[in-house]
Amino acid sequence: MAALRALVGVKRVIDYAVKVRVRPDGGGVVTDGVKHSMNPFCEIALEEAVRLRERNLLQEVVVVSCGPPQCQETIRTALAMGADRGVHVEIPAPEYEHFGPLQVAKILAALAKREGVSLVLLGKQAIDDDCNQTGQMTAALLDWPQGTFASALALAGDQLTVEREIDGGLENIRLRLPALVTADLRLNEPRYATLPNIMKAKKKKIEVLKASDLGVDLSSRLGVQRVEEPPQRQAGLKVETVEDLVGKLKEGGLV
Amino acid sequence: MAAALWRSCAKLKRNIPASWKTPHSVFKSSRSEAMTNLMHAPLGMLTEEEMMMKEMVKKFAQDRIAPLVKTMDANAKMDESVLQGLFEQGLMSIEVGPEYGGTGSSVFSVIVVVEELAKVDPAVALLCELQNTITNRMFIVYGTEEQKRTYLPRVAKDLTGSFCLSEAGSGSDAFSLKTRADKKGDYYIINGSKMWISFAEQAGVFFVMANVNPSLGYKGITCFIVDRDTEGLHVGKKEDKLGIRATSTCPVTFENVKVPETSILGQLGQGYKYAIGILNVGRIGIAAQMLGLAQGCFDHTIPYVKERVQFGKSIFDFQGMQHQIAQVATQLEAARLLTYNAARLVEAGKPFIKEASMAKYYSSEVAALTASKCIEWMGGVGFTKDYPIEKYYRDCKIGAIYEGTSNIQLSTIAKCIAQEY
Repeated sequence: MAALRALVGVKRVIDYAVKVRVRPDGGGVVTDGVKHSMNPFCEIALEEAVRLRERNLLQEVVVVSCGPPQCQETIRTALAMGADRGVHVEIPAPEYEHFGPLQVAKILAALAKREGVSLVLLGKQAIDDDCNQTGQMTAALLDWPQGTFASALALAGDQLTVEREIDGGLENIRLRLPALVTADLRLNEPRYATLPNIMKAKKKKIEVLKASDLGVDLSSRLGVQRVEEPPQRQAGLKVETVEDLVGKLKEGGLV
Repeated sequence: MAAALWRSCAKLKRNIPASWKTPHSVFKSSRSEAMTNLMHAPLGMLTEEEMMMKEMVKKFAQDRIAPLVKTMDANAKMDESVLQGLFEQGLMSIEVGPEYGGTGSSVFSVIVVVEELAKVDPAVALLCELQNTITNRMFIVYGTEEQKRTYLPRVAKDLTGSFCLSEAGSGSDAFSLKTRADKKGDYYIINGSKMWISFAEQAGVFFVMANVNPSLGYKGITCFIVDRDTEGLHVGKKEDKLGIRATSTCPVTFENVKVPETSILGQLGQGYKYAIGILNVGRIGIAAQMLGLAQGCFDHTIPYVKERVQFGKSIFDFQGMQHQIAQVATQLEAARLLTYNAARLVEAGKPFIKEASMAKYYSSEVAALTASKCIEWMGGVGFTKDYPIEKYYRDCKIGAIYEGTSNIQLSTIAKCIAQEY
């Protein structure tokens, strides 16, 4: 069997447990000094890749993260979970301000070609922007088939069977490699990096690149106008009967 | 700066980290010169690996241990899944080399791991702490090559150890122990009875301190490695304890227990020295446990205090409360720095006995103060079992008692001071 290799994207995001605060300048959220960690859906994608690797269905798992120098911590965690080597595409701070799914997709497409991988695994979306676009855009740029919102994955030869969670229920599709998959919540439960693997991760390589090394233009056609807190939640009212409820809703002009 | 570090460390064949990271050293290393050339990083600063371990243990403790804490305490029984999880994640063999299946990290990593576990359950932290600072170290530091080859892979995989020193008649006065080991040809026959033995219920191997020649006094004390299923070894009923109930504490009796001469850990008559040496480091582990206990208790309390409203404002907003909280937080920070510094001294191969005693003594005092104050700040709910605070209060008391009572620690510190002047 030909050596199958996978590229997994991992994004460094604000930790899910952190109370997010809007920046005073209204241009974004406070990220300085705030705890960051790997995007949970990226963890799930990575776990799937590592499981395929452990079953020898993949020869190598390469993990990539784009952003500031701190992304290397995220890559190091991925290496501790079982990825073989890492690539950090360093994006300087001013460019990171308008760095979005299209830019990431261009980088991932270029990297996938450069590394000669047959499978790209990503999380379905990031928990900071909830864009849910990077996977789809990357597949389109590569002109590869895509299986998004994957809740189950099976690889046999160059055939990939993906079970997708869709509005109507579950859809099963079959893709031929090379292909791209985005992971949904129920695909698997990611492992904890064991202590011995954390120590071993020290010796694995992380290559640092610039976007220009991959021939990618990072210019964006989008700009953030304003970021606001959602309106404060108002107190509600308690009513005794359904009639009271209907009455109150009519009073408030809500029905 | 980094270049000078490289040159001095290169001959030690270590990976050189960025200038603010402290390099790892195998704890037995006495090649400490490199350490003293380090930039003065804040004590609370961890290396990248230590940070990753801390994060991992935090997640693991929240997901796999936190839901079970209450039942384990009520039933006075450690859940199998917790014990298995600790082994699977490599938390039970942190300093054991990778050639034996261990993690191959340093004593500071043990401290970081124990602290994180103790924030969630000090009983689970104790299990991890004793395995790493006592069981593993006894084999690594004092074991023969044969004993290391036999036991280290097993303690990395699923074997827990128990340290049998105390007896009904000898606690602080440890070396007046009465358990005897009489030589009969190639064998020793052990007779005696030990008390307050942690994890005796689960342990697969026991380190038994017995005297081979009472006329020599403490110089006759020898450490024997005794497997659980040896005939004559009997584990008694566990104590019904106030706190850290999930760990078993039992009397263990030895009735004509026959062990081969090869089961002597290291050398004959060295038991006293081994025990002292091991416990000097062990007490830093206990300091870490007490530190985590205090921090975990504090972390549960402050959000409540900020939410609870009386007289139109949160009780955190009252200056009286703020001052109390600040005082406790300051002492917690001091305990942390004492503990971290003692661990770094061990890693650097520097003298650490005074600092280790100070860390253990102070952390156990701070844990007791913090837990007590937290119950008060929580008010009525702090006094109920529905909230986790009362468990921390019960758990903290043992800190001032085991692995050297506070009085013993103070005497040790005084002895060190006497030698300095």
